[in-house]
Amino acid sequence: MIGYLARRILGAAFVLLALSAIVYALFYLAPSDPAILTCGKGCTPERLADVRAAMGLDDPVLTQYLHFLQGLFTGRDYPAGPDVRHCPAPCLGYSFETDQPVTALLLDRLPVSFSLAIGAEILSLAAGIGAGVLSGLRRFRVLDRIVNGLILAGYAVPVFLVGLLLLLLFCVHLQWLPFPSYVKFTVDPLLWAQNLLLPWISLAVIQTAAYARLTRAGLQDALAEDHIRTARAYGIPERRILWRRALRGAMLPLVTLTAVDLAQIMTAAVLTETMFGLPGVGQLLVGAVNQIDLPVVVGVTLLTGLLIVVANAAADLLYAAVDPRVQLR
Amino acid sequence: MTTAPPAPPVPSRALAALRRDRGFVTGAVIAGLMVLVALTAPLLAALAGQDYTTYHDTLLDSARGGVPIGGFGGISGEHWLGVEPGTGRDLFARLVYGAQVSVGVAVAATFLEVLLGVTVGVAAGLGGRWLDSGLSRVIDLVLSVPVLVMAISLLAIVPQDWPRPVLLAAVIAVLGWGGTARLSRGETLSLRTRDYVAAAQVAGAPWWRVARREILPGLTAPILTYAALLLPTNMVVEAGLSFLGVGVRPPTPSWGQMLSTATTWFRADPFYVFLPALMLFLALLAFVLVANGLRRALDPRQRELTR
Repeated sequence: MIGYLARRILGAAFVLLALSAIVYALFYLAPSDPAILTCGKGCTPERLADVRAAMGLDDPVLTQYLHFLQGLFTGRDYPAGPDVRHCPAPCLGYSFETDQPVTALLLDRLPVSFSLAIGAEILSLAAGIGAGVLSGLRRFRVLDRIVNGLILAGYAVPVFLVGLLLLLLFCVHLQWLPFPSYVKFTVDPLLWAQNLLLPWISLAVIQTAAYARLTRAGLQDALAEDHIRTARAYGIPERRILWRRALRGAMLPLVTLTAVDLAQIMTAAVLTETMFGLPGVGQLLVGAVNQIDLPVVVGVTLLTGLLIVVANAAADLLYAAVDPRVQLR
Repeated sequence: MTTAPPAPPVPSRALAALRRDRGFVTGAVIAGLMVLVALTAPLLAALAGQDYTTYHDTLLDSARGGVPIGGFGGISGEHWLGVEPGTGRDLFARLVYGAQVSVGVAVAATFLEVLLGVTVGVAAGLGGRWLDSGLSRVIDLVLSVPVLVMAISLLAIVPQDWPRPVLLAAVIAVLGWGGTARLSRGETLSLRTRDYVAAAQVAGAPWWRVARREILPGLTAPILTYAALLLPTNMVVEAGLSFLGVGVRPPTPSWGQMLSTATTWFRADPFYVFLPALMLFLALLAFVLVANGLRRALDPRQRELTR
């Protein structure tokens, strides 16, 4: 177990390092000169030279990358004209556009994206498992049909389409909800939930269908197993068999998926955040892309990469933890 | 002793099953129409006597902020589906040209992904231990890239004068071939244990002949079913990128971009959002139905998506 753990974490670390190298290389070797982009319109040659020096662009790429890695652990200073901009420990770069360290920008936006992702995940788990159990028991044929339709639709309807239609229906046409604007959880939990309701629903649509399908398939497999038959022969009530035994087996694949999906939702939320005007990491990225603020773009890309790698590793470990049949090698 | 009649070869059996599959046929017809619309967009626009760039200010109600005059977004004999609010550009022309971008980029990206994924996957599956573990690492890496985020970032840094649709397809493909590669590698590993593959290898066939003659035919069905689902996924990515404004450049229309414009006209002209949304939904549903049918017919183990 410990050997596996060590190897899995090492593997994840390798993937992260490779990812950071590729992202860094791509963005700083790209045909667009980051200095010219950062310098903006009306850039004088002197100012361009300053920017190049400030960003360390005159060094060889490898040196730049090593400085970048070093900055992650020790922080670094950026000379900006007469004064120095300090970027503290997990330094992902410095956004000259907004005059802030990228890490600070990200930390500022992360709570919004997390709120969005966690709420959507909980909503889709609840709805997906509920629909999956009901249709897995085959008591309601209509529900079976509806779930089937939803699964197909889940593949066919992009998140932003659902979001658009929800906005149109509830905010413009019926006017039951105000146009979403983010309210901090700590300020007013009720307003927080009210404003996030539509984004949650639009993000949850796809995942719900997938969870319903998995739950149904898992439940049908689990109900066909020997230990269920034995339990039935012992006269254990059907309800108890379902909740205590069959569902437990059916939930296994969901546990691992949840970790991966949380990370996926965080990246899919780029669209949702932009559409609903929520100030999350995704909106930060779109803003940075429009401003051509490269350090922020690199930072967001690396952060989402980190989330996905960690989620994948966590999923593997969780799977081993909940299912005693899994052998770790 | 009676001999059983020879079993029909698998492809024709699959074809017969597909022809009986109502969902597949419906999907295939709509998907075929979408492709046709995409291919004949200039012709269709010419038929309507419109193009997608001309502004028609006279059709807009400037008192109400540029909303089209007349009901349902200004539908008339001239403009079959009305005009765009704010600019008055012909919506029919923009929608059919939008099909060109959506369908074209999705098909091209899927084709590239399959090409890249199968090549790497088969090489990993047939190659020695070192090649396999090296390529597997690369596949892991590709699979852990956040596709949408990375695509947005990449499209932002490439020079803006490069041809956008080609770039979109390339970026989607470069970020999305991991799944195909993993699938092909797994299938190749299982296929190479078969006797006929071993026989070919013992007979001294070079690796490329083994790959082409013995492995690739066995890969066709799983890759086809997988790629069929990749296509709508890629279409969603393209629409999303265009929605965020990093897709095709105006004035080239795309459904995603039109949806994004529609958000600013929500209150004034709610009708505008429905046409691109409907087109996108129809196209996606059609391709998903095709994928579902293919899976049912070609993959007896997994059956269909909905089971």
